[in-house]
Amino acid sequence: MSESSQDARCEIAFTVNGQLATVRAYAMERLLDVLRHELGLTGTKEGCGEGECGSCSVLMDGSLVNSCLIPVLQASGANIVTIEGLASDGHLAVLQQTFLEYGGAQCGICTPGMILAAVHLLTKKPCPTLEEIREGLSGNLCRCTGYMQIIEAVAEAGRHGAAT
Amino acid sequence: MRARPSDYELVIPHTLPAVLSLLAQEPGVWLPIAGGTDVMVQYAAGKLDRRKLVSIWNLPELRRIDVFAAEIQIGAGCTYTDLSEHEVVNREFTLLSRAARWTGGIANQNRGTIGGNIVNASPAADSLPALLVYEAELLLVSARGERRVPYTEFHIDYRKTQIAPDELIRAICLKRRFPEYYAHARKVGARNAQAIAKVCLAALGRLADGVVEDIRLAMGSVAPVPLRLTGTERIVKGNRIDSWLVQLARTTATAEVQPIDDIRSSARYRAAVAGNLVAEYLEQLERCRNET
Repeated sequence: MSESSQDARCEIAFTVNGQLATVRAYAMERLLDVLRHELGLTGTKEGCGEGECGSCSVLMDGSLVNSCLIPVLQASGANIVTIEGLASDGHLAVLQQTFLEYGGAQCGICTPGMILAAVHLLTKKPCPTLEEIREGLSGNLCRCTGYMQIIEAVAEAGRHGAAT
Repeated sequence: MRARPSDYELVIPHTLPAVLSLLAQEPGVWLPIAGGTDVMVQYAAGKLDRRKLVSIWNLPELRRIDVFAAEIQIGAGCTYTDLSEHEVVNREFTLLSRAARWTGGIANQNRGTIGGNIVNASPAADSLPALLVYEAELLLVSARGERRVPYTEFHIDYRKTQIAPDELIRAICLKRRFPEYYAHARKVGARNAQAIAKVCLAALGRLADGVVEDIRLAMGSVAPVPLRLTGTERIVKGNRIDSWLVQLARTTATAEVQPIDDIRSSARYRAAVAGNLVAEYLEQLERCRNET
């Protein structure tokens, strides 16, 4: 990144995984880059960088978004949840556990985005049908699993009441 | 080449009048950005010409759906999720709610806006044929005032529209007069989510005494603009649907579209599919008469 003599960066504050974060960033920096490079939250992955693959999915004010398509200034004041915010006190969230048990993760690049898309789905539909799971995850691409293990992991999490 | 964030400016004025005043001061300089599902893709690829952006995301004046007796007004900043979860849109404008669920994946539906989709003016957009057959009207607003424009006249040429540099779309108006119509949408593509259509169809029709009283056909990805198939409509309207009419409509539609060869499909395939989709719709329209 180039250094300009007049620093046009501004202070932007938002909540990430329950903690207030303040960063100095250019308004048009991608939320994805700020999360990874400024805040060290490298669980959020970059895949395509154009909103097609879902690897960079995070929750912003409860809504599933592609963080590669968010200028960080638009996240000002928002409440953001990344994959790092799901486990608590050393215990995995239900979805993380079912992904482990059902083989929902292989190379792992799509996994954080998949799990956040699944969190978003289960919040809206606590006991989704297989069809609803497919639709809820349709914006998240996986090149390893063939999807079946992921869909089963989400269905199992729904049966365990992951949404609550 | 990747864009450098330091080369760009982004402001968030928080009210519609403040946005309009900025656009009026320097028309054509400020690019409105809502959910970023198109703008940020161009930006990341280093292909965004304009360096000054004004955020209109979540402006309350643009993020509402007003339901009146005769029409509904959909704020241009409503997302695809807002549309597919709205009761009246789901009940009375099924072509639009279905297209909303076909656009991108969930994350893009949560951020992509109907107004953004219209001004982005892609001939392949899933929801635009629906707006054509509902004969939507657009409320365009600027510091100079507001005007109402028929959507059928909005797209002038490939990615060229009637919108002035200081204008925004405020709302999309849809007349509530289609309860008796048989609505049908079809997207032909690699998959529904996250795939741009090779061809998509939105169709509305109504029979009276076995005769096609009204028919509206519109397609995406078959011309430089989202296309209303007025020639094919003329052939069909006022006639009974039989195999002869279906065949005539098929050949008329195939000739009426002006598709191109591109990365997703070929012109020849698209023209053939366009004809087949029209034929399929007419056969369904006739069948639904026999079932009722």
